[in-house]
Amino acid sequence: MNKAPNLASKKAPNQTPNSASNRELNQAPNPAPNRELNQAPNPASKRASNQAPVNRILEHTLVDGPGNRSIVFLQGCNIGCKYCHNPETQRLCNGCGICVPQCPAGALTVQGGNVVWDAALCTKCDTCIHVCPHNSSPKVTWRTAGDVFREIDRNRPFIRGITVSGGECSLYLPFVQELFERCQAVGLSCLMDSNGTVPLWDEPVTAVCDGVMLDVKAWDETCFHRLTGGRNTIVKENLYRLSRMGKLEELRIVCLENHVDAERTIRETARLLLEEIRQKTLLKLIRFRPVGVRGELAQTPPPGLPYMERLSRLAVECGYGTVRVI
Amino acid sequence: MDREALAQETYGILTSKRLTYHQKLIQLARQAENSLEVLQLPERFVKYFATRALCDMNEGNAPYRPRYVMVDYERFMKQGSEFLKIAPPKTLDEAIFALITLYYHVPSITTMPVYIGNLDTLLEPFLGGLSDEEIKAKLKLFLNYIDRTIADGYCHANLGPKDLRATRLLLECEKELKNAVPNFTIKYDRDQTPDSLMEQAILCALECANPAIANHQAHKDTYWDYGVSSCYNVLPLRGGSYILSRVVIPRLAKMAESTEQFLNEVLPDALLGLGQYMDERIRFLVEESGFFESSFLVKEGLIERENFTGMFGVAGLCDGVNYLLRDSGKRYGNDPEADDLAERIMTVIADFAASYPARYCEVSGGHYLLHAQAGLSTDAGVTSGVRIVVGDEPESLYDHLRHSARFHKFFPTGCSDIFPFEVTAKNNPAAVLDIVKGAFAEGDKYMAIYQSDSDLVRITGYLVKRSDIEKYDQGEVVLQDTIQNGSSNYKLNRLGERKVRSNE
Repeated sequence: MNKAPNLASKKAPNQTPNSASNRELNQAPNPAPNRELNQAPNPASKRASNQAPVNRILEHTLVDGPGNRSIVFLQGCNIGCKYCHNPETQRLCNGCGICVPQCPAGALTVQGGNVVWDAALCTKCDTCIHVCPHNSSPKVTWRTAGDVFREIDRNRPFIRGITVSGGECSLYLPFVQELFERCQAVGLSCLMDSNGTVPLWDEPVTAVCDGVMLDVKAWDETCFHRLTGGRNTIVKENLYRLSRMGKLEELRIVCLENHVDAERTIRETARLLLEEIRQKTLLKLIRFRPVGVRGELAQTPPPGLPYMERLSRLAVECGYGTVRVI
Repeated sequence: MDREALAQETYGILTSKRLTYHQKLIQLARQAENSLEVLQLPERFVKYFATRALCDMNEGNAPYRPRYVMVDYERFMKQGSEFLKIAPPKTLDEAIFALITLYYHVPSITTMPVYIGNLDTLLEPFLGGLSDEEIKAKLKLFLNYIDRTIADGYCHANLGPKDLRATRLLLECEKELKNAVPNFTIKYDRDQTPDSLMEQAILCALECANPAIANHQAHKDTYWDYGVSSCYNVLPLRGGSYILSRVVIPRLAKMAESTEQFLNEVLPDALLGLGQYMDERIRFLVEESGFFESSFLVKEGLIERENFTGMFGVAGLCDGVNYLLRDSGKRYGNDPEADDLAERIMTVIADFAASYPARYCEVSGGHYLLHAQAGLSTDAGVTSGVRIVVGDEPESLYDHLRHSARFHKFFPTGCSDIFPFEVTAKNNPAAVLDIVKGAFAEGDKYMAIYQSDSDLVRITGYLVKRSDIEKYDQGEVVLQDTIQNGSSNYKLNRLGERKVRSNE
């Protein structure tokens, strides 16, 4: 299962990876405008729909949802945020092989045009990630939902649930749905950590998903586009509909002056939510940090704490019941 | 020790510039005790004592008070004390006064009380009519008095398992004061301790390493009732433990020719030696020392001889196993074969304790009870009890906790693990509670947590401030006597390098 996908130049750019988004194409802007027109992840070809590229699984996380949870990071994103702190999860490996000779442990080889990673030899130095010019990682494994479930299941009774993150997990809805079905059957709660650019409200996954942790990022369309390369019409629609379905677990804004219209996002999201939802939904105001960030923001310092406190006060004024600055 | 060497050592203590007056008194008393030779040492013990494979825990040559005394403070609050001329208290001030007066008179191996009661249940009846602020002002004076006068890291208070107003107020005070003394344990019972109280306790522990968390379900039927004292000794209430002696597995393993010879000959022989030695110590304490005839605690029913047991200690299981398997390089906590050998060793020890008759141990069915002994300041290469040596902790926290549960089951009188968590845990105490719940469901008996960058750090079970260790190391006098032990143990056992449980 160490076979990495070779998607180099075979796929049409901007192909939405997910049938759900295609259905909505007529009423929404294309949710997959990855910066620099790239190989958007396309799990459909040659892969069973219940498989997904797994970047890694952490047996416990204290920061991704309520209580102690295991978290699954899927590989591949349909946008490219300037402040992304794990940009190596953005794209699928294109098999270019640049990382192979640089691996000090000899854990990487090229086989049939794919870069193959040997987990047993890997020393976790992350050189491959640092030298990858494609915001990808060779340490990604395509796995079935059943296989991932068996790994998660070993973490009971220490966890109360799982969170699926990314990359962007909504690019792999059949996988996520099957994983959630299996987890719920053994009493684990299931959360999606999503950028909300794929329409979720009509998807069957919402029946087995206990909630979505929605990263709204920005409100103004131009601001959102400049920040991510994508459009946020569907994000707003997801916010509106999921909250009314009782499926909004938390809201998140990464805050950085001059790049993110945080004040407006706080005000507008508050206006869109029903009062009772606003009261009980956690709003996380995350202070931008340059750790792991590539590109123009790599050297940008975090915003000052007084700014964060101002935002926090504003959120409380707007009626948010639980606001946490992180 | 010959008379001259003893005199020289005594002179060194008397003129020390690193010890407080009170610390000198304690050590001088020990010198006097050790000038006696009143115990008939069994040959089998002497043989293994020479290599310290069997160890007397430096308890002294002539036991004249039990090691751990678990006073029934509830009874004291109801009846007062004729000897101390204290009437049953009616107000919070009177209750606190009564307790601190009694603490002064409770003996132990350290001379200080190692158990000061289930403080929340003791004080709850006196809170009526007082505001939270009024109560907290009094509780803080109470806790600071204990910290500055008892000043001994082995001093231990209990909370829970019920959710009382006093429980929450004591936690609030503790979080603000960040004292190293007393140590706190909260008894946690899923069925009666609410999550909100446990989350408050966990936040407090991440702030100041207290309280540690005891699995109430696993402990409650060990005796008629129990308390947690010192470094996690689970002992019968209104009694305690006469003594603690121990077998140090790595030192014993080095006396064996092979693993099979160790299991079949050396270990059983040494266990018998330790049993005989404990018999002799307890005989002297009960029959000759006069303690149980002279103590007002006995006369007034605050302790009863019949509620004492003897603790049969085990230390360094990890290092012993690693030594026996040194050729294969298989390590305890990482390899099934090593863990299976550890289980075989523990089974031999547990079978011995269950079959060896122990006089004066009525409360534990006429047998000594196993204790996962956490270490001495002089121990090098001896990992606490059945813990995994620092540096070998399993990658998975859950594997670590399952491993703990596998070995905790052997120890009725206390067994614990210590887990440093990284700073983000403070934002999600519910997550830490989930881990505790999982661990206790798997059979772990006791967990201590602290935040990896906290000034307060757990050594073997007791707590010291890193800043105090630094002062002591630079030759300054420090108030708390456990700093002397903590300083050397922190370095010998590389405790600063414990695996921090974080997201990565």
